[in-house]
Parts: sequence; C-alpha cells; structure tokens
Amino acid sequence: MSRRVLVTGADTFWGGRMIQALETDPSMGVILGMGTGTPSVPFERAEFVRADQTYSIMNRIVKATQVDTILHTFMITNSSSVPRRAMHEINVIGTMNLLAAAGAAGSSVRHIVVKSSTLVYGSAASDPNTFLEDTPRTSSVRNSVERALVEADGLMRDFAEDNPGTRVTVLRFANVLGPHLTTPISRNLSRPVCPSIFGFDPLLQFVEEDDVVRALLHVTQSGIPGLFNVAAEGRLPWSEVATICGTRLVPLSPFSPLKIRPLARLFDLPPELQDLLRYGRGVDTRRFAATGFTYKATSAGAVQSFIRSLRLRRQTGRQPASYTYEHDVEQFFRHSPSVVGGVED
Amino acid sequence: MASGRPIVGEKDRSTAIVPIRIAADHIGDREDPRLSDVDEWGRSERTRALARAMYEPIYSKWFRTEWEGLEKIPAEGGALLVANHAGAIPSDAPVIMHGIEKELGRPVYGLADYFFRTVPVIGTLWARSGGVSARPANAYRLLKEQDQLALVFPEGTKGTSKSFTDRYQLRRFGRGGFVEIAMRAGVPVIPIAVIGAEEAMPVVLRLPTVARALGLPYFPITANLLALGPLGIVTPFPAKFKLRVLPPVYFDVPADQDRYSKSRIMEESEHIRSLLQESVYDMLRDRRSVWFG
Repeated sequence: MSRRVLVTGADTFWGGRMIQALETDPSMGVILGMGTGTPSVPFERAEFVRADQTYSIMNRIVKATQVDTILHTFMITNSSSVPRRAMHEINVIGTMNLLAAAGAAGSSVRHIVVKSSTLVYGSAASDPNTFLEDTPRTSSVRNSVERALVEADGLMRDFAEDNPGTRVTVLRFANVLGPHLTTPISRNLSRPVCPSIFGFDPLLQFVEEDDVVRALLHVTQSGIPGLFNVAAEGRLPWSEVATICGTRLVPLSPFSPLKIRPLARLFDLPPELQDLLRYGRGVDTRRFAATGFTYKATSAGAVQSFIRSLRLRRQTGRQPASYTYEHDVEQFFRHSPSVVGGVED
Repeated sequence: MASGRPIVGEKDRSTAIVPIRIAADHIGDREDPRLSDVDEWGRSERTRALARAMYEPIYSKWFRTEWEGLEKIPAEGGALLVANHAGAIPSDAPVIMHGIEKELGRPVYGLADYFFRTVPVIGTLWARSGGVSARPANAYRLLKEQDQLALVFPEGTKGTSKSFTDRYQLRRFGRGGFVEIAMRAGVPVIPIAVIGAEEAMPVVLRLPTVARALGLPYFPITANLLALGPLGIVTPFPAKFKLRVLPPVYFDVPADQDRYSKSRIMEESEHIRSLLQESVYDMLRDRRSVWFG
C-alpha cells in the first residue's frame, strides 16, 4: 500500500535530508514537507507547504491530505541556534499542535516518528555510566533546550498512552557528527583551538550523520513503535576527539562558570555543551539494535567522517549553494500539464 | 529492512547541497581512528600499567604487601569484592587493585562515591585508573553484563573518617546495597580483610566545620600531617599490609528480580560484615608488630 508521509522541518537540514531519502522509496506515495522558511535542497516529487513555527495549521493540513505517517524532524537540540523563546515554541508548542492534529477524531495518522535527543538525560556527576531508555535523569533540568525536550518527551508519552491506535516512535540521538552538519561541537572542532574544562576529560558518544537518516528511515518504513536511544558503538574522551581532529584544547576554569560566559560566547559553548564537557554521556543502544538496525560508523568513525570532509573543504573551499527554492518553478514542475517526465516516475 | 537498502538509486542529484551518499560506503571500512585505549568506564589499561609501574615499589617495598587466599578470586566471571576501609586517604583501595591486577592479570574497577567525578584532574585520573561511581546501574553493568571484578567498600567514608581510637572496628555496611546488587547480578561476594591501612594514615582529629566549608565528605587531621607537614598528605606510614581473601559468599536467589527481601539483604550484609570483622581480629591476634607484621 502506498504511504502518505508528512515531514516537519522540511526547510531544515534534517527535514531536507529525510525528504530526499524518502523520495527514493517508491512505497512512499505522497511526501509532504512543512517548514517555516524555504527548502535549501531540491525535492524530486515532495510538495512543500510553508507554515509558522508552531504549526498551528497542522490540523487542517492533516485533515486535507489524509497522511498516515508524520515524521517530526523539527526539534531544536542546540540552544545556540535559536532564541530561548523560539525554542519553547518550536519544541513544545509545535509538538503539541502536531500531536493534537494526529490525535483528532477521525485522524488518518497511524504512525508518528520523532527525532529527539539524548539531551533529555542531562549530564551530571551523579549520572550512571550508561543510560537505558527508561533510566530517569539524576539531575534537575538546567537549561532551556533540555527543558523543552523533556517537556516534549512528556507530551509524546501521554499521547502514546491516550492513543493506542497510533504508533509513536521516538529516537533519541546522541551528538551527531558528519560531513555536512554544523553544530557547536563541529564548529569548535573545526577551529585551531577548541575549549575544554580544565581537569575534565569526558567520554562522548557520537552518531554519524548518515546513520541518523538511515535510522529515521528504518523506523518510518518498518513502523516499529517505541522509545530508542540511537548512538554509535564506542565512546571517546574529548581530548582524543580533539587530537583526531587536529585541534588544540584550551582548558577553561572549572570554577566560577560565570566567568567563562564571555568565553562561552567566543567559543560557541551553549550551556548543555558546558555540562557535557564535564561529565559526558553514554547511552545503551541494544534496544534499537534489536529492531534490526546496523550502524555504518562507530563513534570514532563519525569523528573521522567529520574531519575527513573538513580537510577536503579546507583544501577546496566551500561549494557555493547551487539551489534556490522558487515556489512558482516548483509548482510548475509538479502541476503543469506540459511536464511529462521526472516528477512522477 | 532499511539498513541494507541503498537509499540513492540511479538518480543521483549533482545539484543537491546535501548529497545522500549512503550507498557509497565511504565510512566503516577505514582503519580505526582510535588513539587511546580508554574504555567506556574511562579506564585505560595503558594508564593503569604506568600507574602500576609507579606504585609497585610502594606496594612491595613500602607496605611489603602479603596476600593469603588470592586463588579464591576467580580468573574469569563477575565477582563483587568487598573489603574493610581505613586510613584518611585510604591505601587499601590501590593495594587491592594493584595486587589483583598484578597477580591475576585482570582489571579491577573500584566503586566509589561520585563526589570524585566532580574534582578536576583527580576525577579524570581516578576514572583512567579504574574508578567508577558507585551507582547500582554501574555495578550491575560491570558484574552482570561485562563479567568484571568490582571492588566496593560498604563502610564508605564512615570507615575512612573514623578516628584511630576506633581502629579495626568495622562501621555499618550501609543499607546492604552491595548485597542486593550481587544478588541481582547473580555474582558472588568475595570478602577481603585488610590490616595495615589503619596505621598507614591514622586520623587524629576531624574538623567537620572545615569539611562543610570546603564541600568535602570529611576533613581529617592525620598523624602523617602532624609528623611530616604538607608532605603528610601524600605520604602514608610504612605499615605492613596483610590481606586475606575469604571464601566467596553465594546467595541462592535468582538473578534479575525486581526486588529482594530487605530482611534477607540486611541479614547477608551483616553476615559478611561479621566475617570480615572476625578475620580482621584473627589477623591482628597474629600480628606482632604494626611495621613488620
């Protein structure tokens, strides 16, 4: 049976990648992208709808398009990318509207896939070495991104309980590294000097960019419900990550976190990363592996994949953006009777 | 199943800013980029080997450590080692870890309060040399899932902060958490009685106000500090160390239960405490000299 999928955050990195990946699967009959801006990558056959960031028109879109699957990639997992207020609007209110639309009477939605983060576990001295999916946090929520993600997590749990007819899959991804994605960690590692907290050398677990796409595609196609940690095998000390990336660590004072605030700005150190650079985080990934997913890269492999593409970029310069979304052009390709091939093949 | 399916078909887009290059296996078959041998606990065998090389003279020349019944510790499989704890900065932990790693050639993970993790430098060195924060989930993972040896001191800081006048009188064994973990993991508890640690760094006086102000679990004035000044912080007296490994204690209960009888746990915990206490007294009856054994 042909599937009808709605992808949120279609104008963002992950939404764009997921739509491109879904387009290669012929069983995905209808692919619909929602976003607040314009797509930065070309879509072959997916339709794009522009919406506000809290997705208040979600209900109408779901009713009109009768989608059976919603792939929720629009979750902010990095507090330096958007203002605090927008973070709450996107992660909490956006998720709430999405779930309300999916849970409305007579809804066609049977499966919701959410891209979340292992940030919901926090990072503290009292943490266990490895978090299982049902291990509770040991520390109270200390920053806006964790607060928003934990709150969204609760909404999804409630939804799954109230709507047994709809499968909910939540993937909690570890820190992502890869050839294309830019995060505070990758920005720091790209520079000649990179911050660390003096006297701390935490163990970090990564997941490669392509494995993120493959994991989301895996659960979207198979329809497996549940809560899963997604992180590659192995953990590396931050010092080793820096050495592999050829950057020099600059230790910041472990005391008086107030004093490192200007430095935090200089180095792109959002609060959740400051905690991570002290205590690190490890998650158990057996539950997701049991669904039949195999990773292409280990944690160290993800670091290597990142640094190899960075070396290439350094030696060739960044490629100019070769695609600009033009609404009229995209509409023409999709709906004009003159277009005979390409879009629907 | 998605994992084996190539996501990009024949239609590769040259214009895409984010090309999907999943089918092209550009990662994974490259050689492992790892540089260190730090494991998921933060322990590094290379660091441990270096630490052992440095500690060996202290172990065999300064403390002149002697073991009895070391063969009772299994060469493989998980086991929870439980010992009595003493000395302001206790030497029993490094001596036990050093001895077992040297004689049996298998790593020992030392469980201690997560307070250590919060101390810069010390926390990192502690983790690199096999220190793990004493959380039930950590102990379970080590013992049950990875078949390792874990060392725990159930007295905790109650043992190390007690004054010299209370020497060799074992403190309460917490709430018996170590027994519950061993039951859940299905591993035996192996008690180890230690003498010598009390005299290596005796606590003369405790300053609870200073400890509170500094955020430390306790702040002792040791005999070493009085005799040697600041050097006394790192210098234990050369007391003779003797260790006796007692027969493993098995609990005939099924592993992985949700809960275990609290009274049974307390009973087993008290039993192990009295076994250790008796052995310590027994060893002290044979000891002619603190310094020469």
